[in-house]
Formats: sequence, structure tokens, C-alpha cells
Amino acid sequence: MAINLNNSNVAVRENRIGSITGYIGSLKDLAEKSQCGTLKGCARCFSQSSTCLSLCGLSQLAGIRDVAIIHHGPSGCSVTSSTSYYMSKVMSKKRGVTSDTVYVGTDMNEKDTIFGSTEALRKIILETYKRYKPKAIFVSSSCATGIIGEDIDSIVDDVKDEIEVPVVAVHCEGFKSKIWATGFDISDHAVMQSIVQKPRPGVKTNKINFKNFFESARPEIIEMFKQFDLDPVFLYCNSTVEELSHLSESLATTCICGTLGNYLGNALEEKYGVPYVRSINQCGIIGFETWLREIGKVTHREDKIEKYIQEQRAIYLPKIEEVKKELTGLTAVLGMGPGYTFEVSRVLNELGIKVVWALAWHYDKKYENGDVPPSMKYLLDNDIDFETSVADQQNYEVMNILNKYKPDMYLSRHPGSTVWAIKNGTPAIYVADEYMIFGYKHTLEFANAILDTVRNRSFEENLAKRTKLPYTQWWYEQKVDKFFEEAK
Amino acid sequence: MAKILDKQRYKCALAAMQTVQAIDRACPVLHSGPGCAQKLSDTTGSSGYLSPQIFPCTSINEKDVVFGGVKKLESTIANALKVIDADLYVVLTGCIPEIVGDDVADVVSKFSDAEKPVVFAPTAGFKGNNYKGHEQVVEAIVTQYLKKSDDKQKGLVNIWADVPYQDLFWLGNIRELENLLTEIGLTPNTIFGYQRGIENINKIPHAEFNLLVSPWVGLKNMKTMEKTLGIPYLHYPVLPVGATETGKFLREVGKFANIDEGKVEAVIKKHEDYFYYLISRYADLFLENRVINKQFSVVADAQYSLAITKFLVNDLGLTPAKQFVTDDTPKEYQEAIKAEFNNLNFGIKADVAFETDGFKIHEAIKEHDYHGYPLVLGGYYEKELTEKLKGNFLNISWPVLDKVVFDDFYVGYTGGIRLIEDIYTVAVQRFN
Repeated sequence: MAINLNNSNVAVRENRIGSITGYIGSLKDLAEKSQCGTLKGCARCFSQSSTCLSLCGLSQLAGIRDVAIIHHGPSGCSVTSSTSYYMSKVMSKKRGVTSDTVYVGTDMNEKDTIFGSTEALRKIILETYKRYKPKAIFVSSSCATGIIGEDIDSIVDDVKDEIEVPVVAVHCEGFKSKIWATGFDISDHAVMQSIVQKPRPGVKTNKINFKNFFESARPEIIEMFKQFDLDPVFLYCNSTVEELSHLSESLATTCICGTLGNYLGNALEEKYGVPYVRSINQCGIIGFETWLREIGKVTHREDKIEKYIQEQRAIYLPKIEEVKKELTGLTAVLGMGPGYTFEVSRVLNELGIKVVWALAWHYDKKYENGDVPPSMKYLLDNDIDFETSVADQQNYEVMNILNKYKPDMYLSRHPGSTVWAIKNGTPAIYVADEYMIFGYKHTLEFANAILDTVRNRSFEENLAKRTKLPYTQWWYEQKVDKFFEEAK
Repeated sequence: MAKILDKQRYKCALAAMQTVQAIDRACPVLHSGPGCAQKLSDTTGSSGYLSPQIFPCTSINEKDVVFGGVKKLESTIANALKVIDADLYVVLTGCIPEIVGDDVADVVSKFSDAEKPVVFAPTAGFKGNNYKGHEQVVEAIVTQYLKKSDDKQKGLVNIWADVPYQDLFWLGNIRELENLLTEIGLTPNTIFGYQRGIENINKIPHAEFNLLVSPWVGLKNMKTMEKTLGIPYLHYPVLPVGATETGKFLREVGKFANIDEGKVEAVIKKHEDYFYYLISRYADLFLENRVINKQFSVVADAQYSLAITKFLVNDLGLTPAKQFVTDDTPKEYQEAIKAEFNNLNFGIKADVAFETDGFKIHEAIKEHDYHGYPLVLGGYYEKELTEKLKGNFLNISWPVLDKVVFDDFYVGYTGGIRLIEDIYTVAVQRFN
């Protein structure tokens, strides 16, 4: 991948790494077609709403402590400011630090769409700086400002003389990409462009960059890494601008979710030679061990890591085997971002649960370095196959699948999706926290959570019995790909 | 003109998808970017018959921006009619189609013969906030679906009040307003919430009058219905909370509807007796605590800022510090609302600011001398501020991230008691 940090625009995933949102078939077929380059995503002539890339991109940036986000657009675009405010307050409090990050909108109105509002934006940037003295300012566009051609790059250049901290333009037009994960790339690009500095000469460190969402396992990872003489720097939730400025000095970069961390990991490797740990992720036993060993290799700590693995195995493997006895033979459908779908599929396989259908909310044909995603490669190498589709959270397709396959459980990672499964009477597991299946301890907890969920189906049954679903009988009788059409 | 929206307290017009969502078995169809619905949804209380994540949406992409999205809209509506089992489909437009000039009305008109009604509300984000968007949805239903009727049902009254979801208590409030009207002998008709839907919409033209309980939101709809459906309206600008205001409200509605005064007074007496039975049992709590002082501020939309100010002054005898109205109230309504803030017991006047800039609101609260611990009823943004001022905070206005409400309400006699319970639940958590 060639990362151009001189331009504030990031090419969308569809163009950069061949990402798609419409496919139906099998895992093997999907992999073969992506390898030989014949994979073509489909469009849909009927769709349900999904997610905006600006939500992903700007929420990530708003997790950084004491920065300002200025979202130039109508009040609906900047509505994320309320949850970002909440998040920065509760997350910093949990960690015992403070964050005065602000996220303001510009409340663009009809006149602005006709006459433009760059002057107003300029004043708002300066006013925000005056009020809060943030450590960095991110100025984002929206669909409306993008279409009318507001030149936020020029405004940002213009105010740089008057502001002593980094100010960067962030291009978040929601229509640019149906793949909301493009927003993660956009936030990484902005951080790389404006905050990350060249390594300071002579600085030696044992830091490892750890890209995650909400750092719930932070204390235990710090504890674990101590044994390997590694010091993790968690990104971006609760990061400081100072910390981020030194990412280029770390020994390596790793991430909890490939979809989330891929751009930053590759960019740091390409620009500053910080190795990016490319492996399957930390979900489940196989994932965790593979990942740890890869870290050992990259940071030259193989012995310490091998010792840790053997100790932990002795504690946890017998316990996991016990639960596995009860789970073996159960069936599952899952729907998640591709950074998790194929990882969690592997874990379910480890636990003896049969995946009958896996939905990925999008699919990246390649990662930034041109390889097939590692999680996918693992499944193929181990001859694991199941029906697979790619759907940008198209719930009506999920419901059609659940209705046909009647699995023992549905696993999902996105807000608002598990509720539909339980209304259908299918027990659902919300794999919300990114550390829910992390390592030995959490894999055991995950296995137990599944067991608890499928054992007591009272809530699902009670609700399903009294619920009328909004989908017509006609729809349930159609094939899942009824509304697919050739992508234009 | 664009302006700084610091600590924003409303959403854009497209959030009127929540107004549609609040109508049982009504389905919003969005002609917008792929993520507008998720952004504009609220995290609690949204997983009913349809949730924002599953609203049909054209998910406009770059090509639609260049070539227009009407074809996609047509197939989305046509297939929504096949896939989603609903009674009413409301097409809502976001920013993009209105900037690039998609003729949405033309597309929607092709569905005039569809088995189920399909209407269209222009709700581009830059056209206004969700208070305006709410009006647009009601306007669309009234002008595109309803027909004038001479067949009036005696005593039937359409009630219009809060903006669903934007108002935390929308469901409970509208039900309690129904109860109050039923008690004085009227037959209420509302279109939002449980078991209210297309049949209630169909009843609208048969009402004797519309009752709007809101300082300004919905007034436009009342005027439209007066003109197109011939329904007169009573605009009651204060959401009545507690005994004093609810008594006034019932008397005025009774008078407008020509209801026997004795009947109304009997209802008021019954409620006041119980209200003051409760108040007198807890009066010591109000007087003998070291935490709640006399001065308070409300940071909310016009509806709640006014309603709570009236209640705390006229029922509980508190003194208004500065009050804040945060809904971007159109200029033409501000004077009338100010007049209501100046019309309080004992000639008390509340200083009210129409302010959308949260920074300025916080500065004003910090500067004010509350003569003790401040009591602040507002959005989640006021939580940390009030804590820093060692005051008492209750999250009553959007954004609400500190409270879960199913069908609780603040309107009426019972609602007043609920609000007192909430305030003193905060108060009793400390000693001084």
C-alpha cells in the first residue's frame, strides 16, 4: 500500500482493497474468487439502513483526550457529539484520568448550501480553539458540505497560522463508501498526517502500539505484557496527543480487530518501519497463541512468551474442555464485521459449535499489504467451510437465514441486531466488547456465556411468542439474494 | 448561517423518522446516506416493531450523487411494500437528494394506487432540526393522506404534544393527557404509541377540535388542519405539570369544549385532594433538608423549560434562576413564550434565554449565584458541570444518558409527583 500523507483524502476501501458489501456463496468460493481476482460484489435494489463512515471515523478521534472535533454539516451529522461527550466522560473516569474533548457541529442550514459557509466555519474553528485550547483539532466534512464543494482543506490551511496545535481536515462524506470501516482508515490517516512525529533520535523503548476500541482488558494486558518486558500503548480511547506523537518509536503495532487496525499498522510500518503484527486475532486459544507467538517473533521475546503460554494452558485448557462437552454439536449463525466474523467462526469451531452460515458486514479482498486476511487463510488451510454472505447489516437477509436454518444461536457484534434474532426466538449472544473472547480466560467466559444463553431460553421464547415480526410471509419464502443485482 | 453547535441538544429534520417510528405499524423509508438512521436513533426504547437499523433506506452512494437516486428510491419503496408489513409508509429525504434535486414527490406519486398509503416528508438535515422535522411528518400525513369530513364525532379531540423520542416522556405524557381528557368527558384521539396507528390517523378528520399542548411545535400543523380539514384548535402552550397547572389546563379545555363547569371542578378536586395528601406527607422532606435550595435552572426545549419552571415556581414555591430554551425556537414564537415565563405566581418573572450554544449556557450557570447548591434540570451535559458546582442534577432533556424511562411521565397530577420523586431521589443521596 502506498500511503500518501500529503493528501487529506483517503481512497475508500472499495477502490483501495477491493472491498465488497454484496455476496452469497461459500467461504471457499469467496476465498478462491478473491485470490484469483474474479470476485465481484453485488449491489441491492432494496436495502435497509446501515452505518455512516463518519460515525466510525469521528468517534475514534473523539476518544482521544483533550482534542476538538468540528463536524461541518447539518445538526444530524454532528449528533454523534452527544454520545462522544458521554463516552469521553465515562471512559476517562473509569481509567482515572480526565478528558475535555469537545465535539461541536456547525448547524448548517439551507442558506449555507447555497452561499457556502466557509467563513462561518473559520470562525467556529477559532472560537473552539479559544474556548477549550484543545491539543489538536480535527475538522470534518459531511455529505452536504462535500456535495456543495466546501473547501475545508483551504480553511484548515488558512487557520493554521492562528492556532498553535495541529489542525487537520478529515473527509467524512457518508456517501463515499458503504463500508463504514473506511471511517477507521480516515481517522488513522488524520492521526498519521497531523500527530505522529518522526522517532526522536536515540530514544529506546519497549512500547507496543495496541489498537483497540474501549480498552476493557487494559489492566490485564499490561500485567501480561510486563512479563515479556513490553509496555502496551492503547489507542485511541483515552490516548493523549503526546502519546500518539510517539507511535513511530514503538517496537511493533498490533490490534484487536484487523478491520480497525489495518490502516494504522501498515502506515506505521511503511512510513517508520514499525513492524505490524499480522496474524489471526486473539480470539480463542488458537488465535491467542498464534498472536502471542507472532509478537514474540517480531519483538524477539519468544522464550518468555512460550513460558507464559504453557503456564496458562495448564490452568485453562481443562476448564474449557469441560464446557466444550456441553457445546459440541450446537449450531450457529453469526453476523459481524469481517474483522470478527472469520475469527469468531474459528473459535466456534474450536468449541465444537457448527457454523451454518456466517455473514460479514463487508469483505476486504485483500489487506493493505496485498494478502488475503489471515483469519480467512486459517479457515481455508484447515478445511473449514460454511455458507457465507456479505451484507452491510441487511437485517432482512439475516432474518431470512435464521428462519430457514433455525440455529441454536445467533452471534452479532453490532447494536440493534441481536434483538431481531431473539424476537425470532433464536437465542442471541451480543459479542459487543472486543475482549469478550480474548485469550484463555475470556474464551472460557465466552464458552460459559454461550452455555448460559442456550440453556435458559425463557426470555427469547416469551418475547417471540408475543411478537409479530415486521417481515412479510412473502419475504420468508424468497431466496436470500432476491434483491441482488449486478454492481454498476 | 452556520453557527457553533456546542453541546448540541437536537438533531436534524430527518430525525423525524422517530416520529414515524412512534406510530404503530408505520414504516419510515429513508432516501438518504446509509448511516443517517443509525446516527439519528436513540439507544434505548428503539427496538419495537421496527428499529432504525432496519428502516428501508436507499443508502445513497457516490454514483447516486452524480446521476440522481430516483430509480433506487422507486425500487426501495416498491420492495419495502413487499418486504415490510406496515400500514403506512412515510418517505423521508435526507440532505443529498434535496441538494442534487431528485424529484421525490414524483416518485412517491407513482405509489398513489399502492395497497397501503405512501406519503412523503421533505426532511433534509439543513432544512431545520427535528422539531421542524416532526411537523413535516404530521404535515405530510395531513395534506397527502387525510380528507376533510363533515361527519364529526361528538366530544372527539385530537391531542398533540411532545416530539416522540426527543422527549423522554413522550409515551407516558400522551397517555396521561388522554386520561385527563377522558375524565372530564371528552374522547381523546392520539396517533403515537401502543395501539395507536392508522385507525387513529383515520379518526383525525372526525374530531371536534385539535388540542395542541406545546409552546410552539405543531402550531403549523394546527393551522394546516384548520384550513384543509376544517378542524378548529385550542393552543395550550404549557405542558401542565402538578396541581396548579393541571387545574388551569382542565378548566381551559373544559371551557373550550363547553363542558359543564361542575364536572371539571369535581375532577380537579378529586385529584387535588390526593395530590395534597401526598404532598403533605412529604412536605417535611421539602423543608427539612440541607440540599435543595430555592433557586433552580432548567436547560431544555421550550416545552420542558416552561413546564418545569411553572411547576417548581407555582406548586413548590421555588425561585427561577436563569432558564434556557435550547430547541432553536423560531423568532416568531419567542415573545409569546417569554410572556409565559413572566406569568408566574406572585408576579415572579423568570429570565429566559433562547440559546443553542451550550458553552454560553454553562458560563451563565457558573456565573449565577444560586444562594446555595444549584438545582439543575437539563441534558446530560449539565451533569459534570452541576457536580463541579456541588449542585443537584436531574437528566430530563435530550441527550438523556443517565436515566431509563419506559412509560413514566411528568404531565398532570401524577406526573408532578413523579418529578418530585426524581428530584428528591437525587437529593437524598447526600446529607449536605
